Amino acid sequence: MKVTEKDVVYVADLANLELTAEERSGMLRDLNSILDYVDRLNELDTSDVPAIAQVSDRYGVDSAKQGSERFAYATREDVLEGLRKSLPHAEALANAPDPDEDFFRVPKVIER
Amino acid sequence: MELTPSLTIDAARSAVEQRATTAVALAETHYDRIQKENGQINAFLTLSKERALEHADRIDRMVAEGKALPPLAGVPVGIKDVMSTRGVRTTASSKILEKYIPPFDCTAVARLEAAGAVILGKLNCDEFAMGSSNENSAYGPVRNPRDLTRVPGGSSGGSAAAVAADMAVFALGSDTGGSIRQPASFCGVVGLMPTYGRVSRYGLIAFASSLDHIGPLTKSVKDAATVLQAIAGRDPMDSTSADVPVPDFAAELDKPVRGLKLGVAKEYFGDGLDDEVRQAVETAIEKLKTLGCEIVPVSLPHTPYAIPTYYLIATAEASSNLARYDGVRYSHRAPGVKTLAEMYRRSRDEGFGAEVKRRIMLGTYALSAGYYDAYYLKAQKVRTLLTRDFEKAFSKVDAIVTPTSPTAAFRLGEKSNDPLSMYLADIYTVTADLAGIPGISVPCGETKEKLPIGLQILGKHFAESTILRIAHAYEQAT
Repeated sequence: MKVTEKDVVYVADLANLELTAEERSGMLRDLNSILDYVDRLNELDTSDVPAIAQVSDRYGVDSAKQGSERFAYATREDVLEGLRKSLPHAEALANAPDPDEDFFRVPKVIER
Repeated sequence: MELTPSLTIDAARSAVEQRATTAVALAETHYDRIQKENGQINAFLTLSKERALEHADRIDRMVAEGKALPPLAGVPVGIKDVMSTRGVRTTASSKILEKYIPPFDCTAVARLEAAGAVILGKLNCDEFAMGSSNENSAYGPVRNPRDLTRVPGGSSGGSAAAVAADMAVFALGSDTGGSIRQPASFCGVVGLMPTYGRVSRYGLIAFASSLDHIGPLTKSVKDAATVLQAIAGRDPMDSTSADVPVPDFAAELDKPVRGLKLGVAKEYFGDGLDDEVRQAVETAIEKLKTLGCEIVPVSLPHTPYAIPTYYLIATAEASSNLARYDGVRYSHRAPGVKTLAEMYRRSRDEGFGAEVKRRIMLGTYALSAGYYDAYYLKAQKVRTLLTRDFEKAFSKVDAIVTPTSPTAAFRLGEKSNDPLSMYLADIYTVTADLAGIPGISVPCGETKEKLPIGLQILGKHFAESTILRIAHAYEQAT
C-alpha cells in the first residue's frame, strides 16, 4: 500500500478538507487502487523527455520565437480596467455568503 | 410548428426567417417539450425563460423589420452548467455553487447569443465536469433518452441528452477527457471538441485548465460546423485562446474526401473493446474507404499510458483550480463555524461530492512534496510522448479514425462504485485532450439493443475543417 491512513489525513489537511472517518477509509482504498494503476507509467524511461505543462506554446504560435515572446499577442497594457470594467462593488459582493456593505466577512483570523 | 428530431439549426433558423414560426414560439415549443420530458431525463437544471424570451423577441422584431438575420437567429440552445451565464444560476452541478449567480457571461455563451441563439437554460453534468456517466451530479443523474435505464455518458450528459430528446436544437458542452465526445456517442448525437485554444475558455468554470475545451453537441455535422464558427476565435480574455485565423468551416464541408489518408491505430482496437462497437466502427471505416479515403495503419504506442497520465495531470490541475471554493466570496459556507480553518474545511466537506473530493485528494497528493517528481512531473513527460505519437502519425495521415468509447451506454449504477473502471470509459478520448488536437464523434450505427455507437475522428491541430469534412461525408453517405 502506497498511501497510509496518516497520508490521507495529511493530504486532506493540505487540500482544506476534513473528511469523515468513512470518507477517509474509502479514500484510502480508492487512492491506493488508482496509484497502483498509475504505476505503469514507470515502465517508460523518460529521463531524456522534456515535460510539457500545456500545449498552447507548441501549436498555432510562431515557433521561431522563444518562450513568452510567442504570446506577445496576448499581452496588454497594464492599465486600470484594461480588458473590461471592474465589477460594481455591490455586484461583486452579491454572491458572498456573509458580506457587509463593504467587505466579505469571515470568522475572526487573529486571536487577541 | 411541429417539432421533429430533424429540427437542425438550418431548419430552425429558416423557419424563423421565413416566418413559418417565430423565435418566441420556437422557444416556447422547446419549453413545452422540456416540461414534458425533463422530469424523466433530468437534463435541464435551470431554465432562463426571461432571458430567452426577451432575446427571442428581439430576433422576431428583426424579422418583422426585414433585417439581415445572424447565423443562429432564434435557434434554441442549452448550455452545460459549467459555463457562466449572467443573471442565470450556474452550479457546475455542485452543491458548493448551489446559489451562484454569475455577474458575467462566458465568451462562448456571449458569442452564441450575439449570433442570435436563444439560451433556454443550463444543463446537468457531472459535478465540475468530473465523470463519465453524469451520475456525479449533486442534482441527480441524467438518464439516456434512448434507454432510461442507462447513463447518457459524461460529463456533458445533460447536453447530449437534451439534444437527443429534442429539448434543444443544440447544446454547448465541455471536454477535458472526452466529456463532449463520449456522451455524444452514448446518446446518438454529434459532439465536437475543437483544438485547444480554438474556443475561449473565459467564463468556463475551470476543471483542468490545460485540458479544458468548449464545443458543440448537435444533431448534424453541419450544425457542429455552424456552432464552431460562431464561438471560435481569439478572445483577449483568455490568454490561451489562439491567435490563429478561423476558416469558413461550412464552406469546406462539402469538399471531397477522396484521397484523404485516414490512420487506423491498432492500439484503439485492443482488449476491452466491445464486439458490436468494433464491428460498427470497422463497417464505418469500410464506408469511408468506398468514399475514396485511403486507410493507412498507424501506431500510437503510448496509448496504454494515456489514462494514468490524464488522471494525474487533470487531478493536479483540479486540486489547484478548486482551491478557490472557500466559502468566502461566492460559494457555500457551512453554518456555525468558529475559525477560518474550520470554515474552509466544513464548507468544502459539505459542498463537494465524493468524486470531486477524490480527485482533489489525488491531485494534491500528486503535487505534494516528495511525490511531485514521481507523479506529476512523470505524467507531464509522458504527455510529451503521447503528443509525439500524434505528431508522428499525422506526418503520414490527415486524420485518425477510432471508436469514441469502448462500449455503448452502460447502466446507471453499473460502474459508480469503481472509480477506476469508470475512468477507463475515457480510454479512447483522453489522448486528444492531452495532445490538444481536435476530435469529433459522429453516430455510426447501433447495438442489437438499439444503443447508439460513435465513430471518433481525430485531426491535426487547428484542422477542424478536415475532421468535419470527413464526418460530414460519412454522415451524408449513411
